[in-house]
Amino acid sequence: MSLLNVEKLSTSFHTRNGVVRAVRDVSFQLERGETLGIVGESGSGKSVTCYSIMGLIPQPPGRIEGGRAMFDGVDLLACSHGKLNSIRGRRISMIFQDAMTSLNPFLRIGEQLIEPLLIHEKINRNDAIARALHMLNAAGIPEAETRMNMYPHEFSGGMRQRVMIAMALITKPDLLIADEPTTALDVTVQAQILELIQKMQRELGMAVILVSHDLGVVSGFCDRVMVMYAGQVMESARTDDLFYDTKHPYTRALRQSIPALQMKGQELHTIPGQPPDMLCPPPGCPFAPRCERAVDYCAREEIRLLEVAPNHATACLRVQKEKLAV
Amino acid sequence: MSESISITTTQPAQTAASPSFWQDARHRLWKNKLAVFGLVVVCVLGALSLASYLWPNLTGYTYARQDLTLGPAPPSHAHWLGTDALGRDLLARLLYGGGISLTVGLYATGVSLIIGVIYGAISGFAGGKVDSVMMRIVDILYALPFVIFVILIMVFFGQSLVLMFIAIGAVEWLTMARIVRGQVMAVKRQEFVEAAHALGLSEARIIFQHIVPNLLGPIIVYATLTMPEVILLESFLSFLGLGVQPPQSSWGVLIKEGADVMQEYPWLLIYPAAAMALTLFSLNFLGDGLRDALDVRGSKD
Repeated sequence: MSLLNVEKLSTSFHTRNGVVRAVRDVSFQLERGETLGIVGESGSGKSVTCYSIMGLIPQPPGRIEGGRAMFDGVDLLACSHGKLNSIRGRRISMIFQDAMTSLNPFLRIGEQLIEPLLIHEKINRNDAIARALHMLNAAGIPEAETRMNMYPHEFSGGMRQRVMIAMALITKPDLLIADEPTTALDVTVQAQILELIQKMQRELGMAVILVSHDLGVVSGFCDRVMVMYAGQVMESARTDDLFYDTKHPYTRALRQSIPALQMKGQELHTIPGQPPDMLCPPPGCPFAPRCERAVDYCAREEIRLLEVAPNHATACLRVQKEKLAV
Repeated sequence: MSESISITTTQPAQTAASPSFWQDARHRLWKNKLAVFGLVVVCVLGALSLASYLWPNLTGYTYARQDLTLGPAPPSHAHWLGTDALGRDLLARLLYGGGISLTVGLYATGVSLIIGVIYGAISGFAGGKVDSVMMRIVDILYALPFVIFVILIMVFFGQSLVLMFIAIGAVEWLTMARIVRGQVMAVKRQEFVEAAHALGLSEARIIFQHIVPNLLGPIIVYATLTMPEVILLESFLSFLGLGVQPPQSSWGVLIKEGADVMQEYPWLLIYPAAAMALTLFSLNFLGDGLRDALDVRGSKD
C-alpha cells in the first residue's frame, strides 16, 4: 500500500467574483521513502494541493470539493480535527516557502523546536531539549546550544530554513512536504538546503514531496515529477523519463525555459501567453491556447491523465490519441 | 563528528546559561531611565499608601479624624498639606485615597485585561459567524449608557469596593477586546500561525502560546491607558455616591472636593491633582518602557 494516495482531489475558493477552481481532479501516489516533485508556474495549484492534504486551506473561502487523501489508511480530508492534529507535525511535517515569517518572532528557537515533541510524544523537557540540540547539529547549525536561546530575528534566512527543517523532522515523520523551501533563499544557500533535506531523507527514510517552480531544482532531487498547470496534472513520470522522453508540450516548454540550457547570447526561451483565468477556465486542455502543437480538438475535449508508457502518464490529447490508437 | 542523526536520547546536554526572557526584559527596562523613574514613583506611592493602611496614624492623624475648630487650614508644620473644611489632615487623606485609587486602577485594569484579551483573541481567531456574534454583543454593551450599566451591577450585587473593581473592569474590557481582536486578525494571517497548524498544535495553544505573546506591545500600552481611565471613573462613581463612602477618601473624591473650593482653598485641589498627575505620567512612562522591554525584536546587547 502506498504511503499517501491522493484521489481526485478538487479544491475551490469561493470568492466574491466567483468560484476559483484551484485544484481539479488531482491524483497521485507516494511510496515510503520516495521523492515526488511537483512543478508548475505560480497559481498552478501545487501549493493548494499540499495545503489541502495538510488541512491548511482556510474555510471559507476555500472548500475541498471532493476526493480523498489516504495517508496510511486514514483519509486526511475526512477525518476529525483531533485525528488530523495527531498526524500533522508527527507523521507528516511541512516546511514553508518563507522561513523568515514561518517562525514565531516572540518565541526562542529552542521553545519552538521542542514544541512538536512535547505535544506529540510523552517526553520530558530535558530529553526534548537534548533531541532538539541533536537535530540542530544534524541540520548544520553551529553552536547549537547558544542558538537554542536565540530569537528568529537573530538568524539569517538560510539558518532559519535549517531551523524549520530541524523542527519539521524532530518527530521523525514519514512524510515531509516542502513547499518551495528554497525560493526565498539565494542560490548557494539553496543548494545547501536541498542537500540537507536529501541527507535527512536518507537517514530517516521518509518520503518527500518537493514543490517548486524550478524544473532544475526538481530534476536533481526527485524520483518522480508531476507537472501541474491550471490546477490539473499535465504529466507525471519518473524524472529521467520526463526529461529525456517528454510527452507533454507544456513540460517541453518548461524544460526549454531553464536558463542554463541556453547558449550565451541566445534569447531566453519563454512560453508566450498567459495562464488561463481560473475563474472561467477554458473547456478542453487549459494549455491549448499557448500550445504550439495544439490542434482543433484540443480546445474542445476534456483532458484526463492517461498512462501512455510504463509509469509515464500525460494529459496531452494528441499524444494520447497517437499512442493509444496504434 | 558523526554525521548520523539517529535520534536516540543522548545525555541531556547542558544548555549554555543564557538570560531568560524576563531577565532580558528587565535588563532592557533598567536602561530606560524614564521607565525606571515611573516604576520608582509608582512603587513609592504604592508603599506609602500601603503604610497608611497598616499604620493609620502614620502622619499623626487618621484620614477620618476631624478638627472642626481648625477648619480649612493651609499647609503648616503640623499639617504638611493643610486640612480640609472639616479639619481633616490632607496628607492622611491623600495617602489613604491613593491606596484606594491605585487598587481600583490595578484590579479593574486586571479584570478588563483578562476578559478583554481572552474574548478578543477568541473572537478574532474564530472569525466568520462566531466573530460577528461576539462583536455584536460588544457593540450592544457599548451602546448601553455606562452609568446605568454600573448602577445595575452595583444595585444587583450590592455595594462594595471589590464589586466596584469588577463593575469598572466589566465595562472597560470592551475596548480591549476590540483592540485584541483586530490585532489577532492581523497576526493569524502570518505564516508562523500556519506553520503552527501544520505542527498539529491545538487551537487554544495556537491562540495563547503563539498569537497573544505577539500582542504584548499593544496590550501593555492600552493597559497603561486604561489605568488612569479607571481611576477617573472611580472618582466619578464616588461623586454619584456609588463608589467610596465618606469618610473614606480616594483621589477622585479629593480632587472633586478640592475643585469645588479651589478659589478659597487651592491646596485642597493642588496636592491631590499633583499626586494624580504624577501617577498617571509615571504609569505612561512605565508602559512605554515595558512595551519596549518586552519586544524581543528590539536591539539586544
